Amino acid sequence: MALETSPRVRIRATGFVTLLVIFLWMPIFSLVLASFNASRFFRFPFDSWTTEWYEQATTATTPRVLLGTSVRMAIVVTIASTVLGFISAMAFAGHQWRGRRTFQRVILLPLFLPQTVLGLALLLWFNQLNIAPTWKTAAFAQTVWITPVVTVVIAIAIYGLDQEQRSAAYDLGASKLRTFAEITIPPLIPAIRSGALFAFILSWVNLSLSTYTTGADASIPEWIQAKALGGYTPLVPSIGVLSFVLPAVTVGGILLLTQLVRAARHVNASILKSDSMQQRTDALKGPSN
Amino acid sequence: MTATHDKERLDELAAQEPRIRFWRNPGGWWSLPIVVLLGVGFAGPLLIVLIFSFMPAGAFDISAQFTLDNYQSITRLSFDRSYITSLRLALITTLICLVISYPIAYALVKTLRPRAANIVTALIVTPLLVSENTRLFGWNLILSKRGILDGTSQSLLSTELPTMLFNEKAIILGMVYIYVPFMLFPLVIGLSTVPDEVIEAARDLGATRWQVLHEVEAPLAKPGIVIGGMLTFVLSLGAISEAQILGGNAVITITKDIDRVFGFQQNWPFGSALSVVLVMITGLIAYFSMSRINLDEVIGGAA
Repeated sequence: MALETSPRVRIRATGFVTLLVIFLWMPIFSLVLASFNASRFFRFPFDSWTTEWYEQATTATTPRVLLGTSVRMAIVVTIASTVLGFISAMAFAGHQWRGRRTFQRVILLPLFLPQTVLGLALLLWFNQLNIAPTWKTAAFAQTVWITPVVTVVIAIAIYGLDQEQRSAAYDLGASKLRTFAEITIPPLIPAIRSGALFAFILSWVNLSLSTYTTGADASIPEWIQAKALGGYTPLVPSIGVLSFVLPAVTVGGILLLTQLVRAARHVNASILKSDSMQQRTDALKGPSN
Repeated sequence: MTATHDKERLDELAAQEPRIRFWRNPGGWWSLPIVVLLGVGFAGPLLIVLIFSFMPAGAFDISAQFTLDNYQSITRLSFDRSYITSLRLALITTLICLVISYPIAYALVKTLRPRAANIVTALIVTPLLVSENTRLFGWNLILSKRGILDGTSQSLLSTELPTMLFNEKAIILGMVYIYVPFMLFPLVIGLSTVPDEVIEAARDLGATRWQVLHEVEAPLAKPGIVIGGMLTFVLSLGAISEAQILGGNAVITITKDIDRVFGFQQNWPFGSALSVVLVMITGLIAYFSMSRINLDEVIGGAA
């Protein structure tokens, strides 16, 4: 932002950015629009409007089962890949060791493999091992792909750590464990949180791995894919919109909550500070009274 | 401080030094869980695919009858055309994404106020909460016959629009739509490593806009451009929903072939051979672009 820019350049930049944002939101608006269409077929403009599909989406059994599968997978994947991602981020960026460069490249490989191929490869693998595919095998498949992403997210924060602090803690006689818990971990908490958020979202929206590895179970994206290719039902747009609103509200709520907690802590801290200031001033004033 | 403490501290310091024996070093231990995970969930499955690709066509079990038939079938049955289609679509997508993302990334990093840039970033990221195929289905509703565009045009202008779905253009639109963020964010990271002073100095010395871009920004932002370009290309090469939802049966990409051969034809060995070739193509691209950049610098530079 230190770069000097003329108003014309700024207007043009704003224009570009606005166009991109509209482009990215267009299909979501189209889903919202379609979800209120009263007809069983999609013909625009609609003859009449309804909220019936939202009622069906929230009361029928199928959407509830789909939601259950998606949520269960996302929770398992989030926990597994955040724990594993943190551990491997320590190897990725936290220590100097022989073989690290190779390690860095090797663990990023799954990201470059087309997910269709990875999904099919895992299907053949489970078949060889006589494991029947269910949502659990799909959660494993997603963990394989998502852990490297979480690793990179947390590694970014580890690179930013002050190594001197760790040495200082050792110099002051702190144990390995204590240094780890009190010096290394706290500044990494925000990155661990974003890593977990990434993991949750990537699992929530995953289609290509789930398609081949869920067996008889189906996640929300899988169901939408089947309907999109096999025949339109008016539940597709409404479930699509709900699949967006649910995580958006949850994530938004969590972010807001952490903001509030932080603000409250800040206020608390400043009250405490002013209290102690008051005491100190009182103490200073004390003798003169 | 006691002697034991001193000894422990020396051990700690020694542990931080590079080139220490693997098992004496915490880094090696930290790497174990993910190495096991990728061994079981990545290397193993890929090995099975590799073995299956040498099995007789239609086999469902691994046997000792190794054959190269499946690889010969790729060109014999003209599946090489699908690879060419996928590579062409991926290249076009990558170029369009680069052209779109560069000015946007520049605006986010250098032009807009940080507050505005944060809001825009949030607006760009939020749609990613919807799965790719669901968003592509949204495009399908916009572009289809009697869809939102055609329907609007028919009722307002009473002109029918030509078919917009089921051709290469629709697939490219879908791929650009899905992969533009994967180009944008590496570019943002890349461009934020270019110091403003350097750009200002170049301007003061009379460099044109193009010269600044070509000789100052691009070389400095290179790691971001390489990563963004590679990610977009490799992901587009593996894309499948775009062709399924917006392409119908008009365009056959290699991923669609693989899906069909495995699923509908139930020919695992041939599907495996097609996959192995695709993996080798993406692997080579990833390997060469990764070897041109220093991961510590790129990922550490984002901190």
